[in-house]
Amino acid sequence: MSTTLLVVQILNGLQLGVLLFLIAAGLTLVFGVMDFINLAHGVQYMLGAYLAVMFYGLTGSFLAGLVLALLAALAFGLLLEFAVFRHLYDRDHLDQVIATFGVILFLNQGVKLVWGAAPLTLPIPELFSGSVRLMDGLLYPVWRLVVIASGLVAGVLLYGLVAHTRVGMLVRAGATDAPMVSALGVDIRRLFMIVFGFGTMLAGFAGIMVAPILSVEPGMGDTILILAFVVIVIGGIGSIRGAFLAALIVGLVDTLGRSFIVDILRLVMAPSPARTVGPALASMLIYLLMALVLYVRPTGLFPAKGR
Amino acid sequence: MNRLVALVAVTALGCSAAAAQEKLKVGVVATLSGPPAVLGQQLRNGFQLAVKSLGGRLGGREVELVIVDDELKPDVAVNKVRALVERDKVEFVVGPIFSNILQAIMKPATEGGAILISPNAGTSNFAGKECNPNFFVTSYQNDQVFGVSGKHAQDAGLKRVFLMAPNYQAGRDALAGFKAHYKGEVVDEVYVPLNQLDYSAELSRIAAAKPDAVYVFLPGGMGVNFVKQFRQAALADRMTFLSAFTVDESTLPAQQDAALGFFGGANWAPNLDTPQNKAFVAAYEKEFGAVPATYAFQSYDAALLIDGALKLTQGRTTDKAALQAAMKKANFTSLRGDFKFNTNNYPIQDFYLVKVAKRADGKFQTEIAKKIFDDHADGHAKDCPMK
Repeated sequence: MSTTLLVVQILNGLQLGVLLFLIAAGLTLVFGVMDFINLAHGVQYMLGAYLAVMFYGLTGSFLAGLVLALLAALAFGLLLEFAVFRHLYDRDHLDQVIATFGVILFLNQGVKLVWGAAPLTLPIPELFSGSVRLMDGLLYPVWRLVVIASGLVAGVLLYGLVAHTRVGMLVRAGATDAPMVSALGVDIRRLFMIVFGFGTMLAGFAGIMVAPILSVEPGMGDTILILAFVVIVIGGIGSIRGAFLAALIVGLVDTLGRSFIVDILRLVMAPSPARTVGPALASMLIYLLMALVLYVRPTGLFPAKGR
Repeated sequence: MNRLVALVAVTALGCSAAAAQEKLKVGVVATLSGPPAVLGQQLRNGFQLAVKSLGGRLGGREVELVIVDDELKPDVAVNKVRALVERDKVEFVVGPIFSNILQAIMKPATEGGAILISPNAGTSNFAGKECNPNFFVTSYQNDQVFGVSGKHAQDAGLKRVFLMAPNYQAGRDALAGFKAHYKGEVVDEVYVPLNQLDYSAELSRIAAAKPDAVYVFLPGGMGVNFVKQFRQAALADRMTFLSAFTVDESTLPAQQDAALGFFGGANWAPNLDTPQNKAFVAAYEKEFGAVPATYAFQSYDAALLIDGALKLTQGRTTDKAALQAAMKKANFTSLRGDFKFNTNNYPIQDFYLVKVAKRADGKFQTEIAKKIFDDHADGHAKDCPMK
């Protein structure tokens, strides 16, 4: 185990982290501001990837595919909000969970009808298809660096938007006390719609960026959604800053755990049981982390003010 | 009186004619929903194509297919198979894709009086102690496919190999099957969580370990992700890629160029040079617009197997012992060429190292690189009490 390998694994962890952040940001805003549990958020991530594949096929250009897919993801998110979610805001959490779970089933099946069950693929744009040499025999794909950079930029932009603009102020106010904001004459429904649309677009963006690395297939959003919930619970519900830091922590803990836990266990036990125990323990790490955080700080590491 | 006798005779004749003409009911159990649906569709398509090419008849009897989706849930599969056998009274059950489903449906299918034919899943327990006279396999015993890569790595003199598989029973079997034939240095064995998507951490380890070859068992979407990322990390030019169930015609449409030149192990490939196989591949592509994978061909063979057995029994399925004996004779020409049943009703057949290639029409398929095992029998047959 060398320092270079550690650096590479930290990069890998960051990449998973920013990806989780893009998904968790929308989730935490919708949950924090609207008090609405949207299990179908992962489906938006899947749709982003599928739309990018479709538009790439139609236009032959990644950039055009990206822009069109983002717009289409936004439009579809707003359509869902208008057709389904709007009617659920005043219902209790159980109704929301059941209804949005239904949306997951419906859309996973729908995606299969439209694009087929076979995994699809999106090529890496030519410009970023190379690798950077990090050490002898170890190349790091440029696209992964692009994913990290775009996630960090999105994070900074989002922070600026929430902390320093009027809409951002209303969003923060809404997260603290929605009825009061409404009483002050702000159209809270419209605010909700903006927040929701923005959140789905971010999830779609994550799906598009990750499509060249992962296979695009039905149900791809379901596993990542669970991780995104872990992130917002650790970070503090409704807090963008919390989601950002928690996403990076979860990404790093998960990746470094998977990479080095077997080596670490080998120091104290025989190689064979270490190989058996290691992976099992590695996949538990983030949940252990979540339990620990909940025990020490039940509202998360960086709770939104007023909660 | 004479008239009455004549009437009775006519009625009896009518009855026996009706019995001979009665439709043969066959149940097909496959995973047709969720991400692995591609595999189940290949199974279903292969069987339907065979029935169609035989004029809608198996062994002279018109066929009625009942197709059910096991949803990759053992409990669902058990209920659906029970319904097939008890309500629909199917005489043959063909399926499934996945081993865990096979474990679940074995009892309800065979104890309900049907003959179960697996066109894919071939677990070791049913090849050994728990072998069953009503159970036939047209695919292989899983260990044999794992062994192909191990034997090749040994023969080709690959000195250091890095192994990786998901952390569950089949994953452990996959690595054990490889090591049974490989005596070189295993640089590292890595178990990843089932359905892991991003392999960046493992790829960095592989790059640092610099092995001569990697051997992976990553079925379905896992394989699609890993192959793409392996290529993106520029590791493909530095080492040989060996695998089992990771690159095949069901995943190649998504892997495409990323998988070019990668190796797998199989009992067949679309370019296998037999006249029957050429006709099958052409017909399959025309009908379904996709290159068939092993799932489709093994399921096609399952239909041929039923057809051949029923020809021997003149279409009768009532005498179970006669039917079992007829099945065991494997009275058909398999698409793969040499085929016969071992005492445990698993095939004795050849195995090949297959390599991913791009065809002139731009589609991808695996092609035979080298024969690894000739008339290979699995190692569990000796534990099977059947003779």
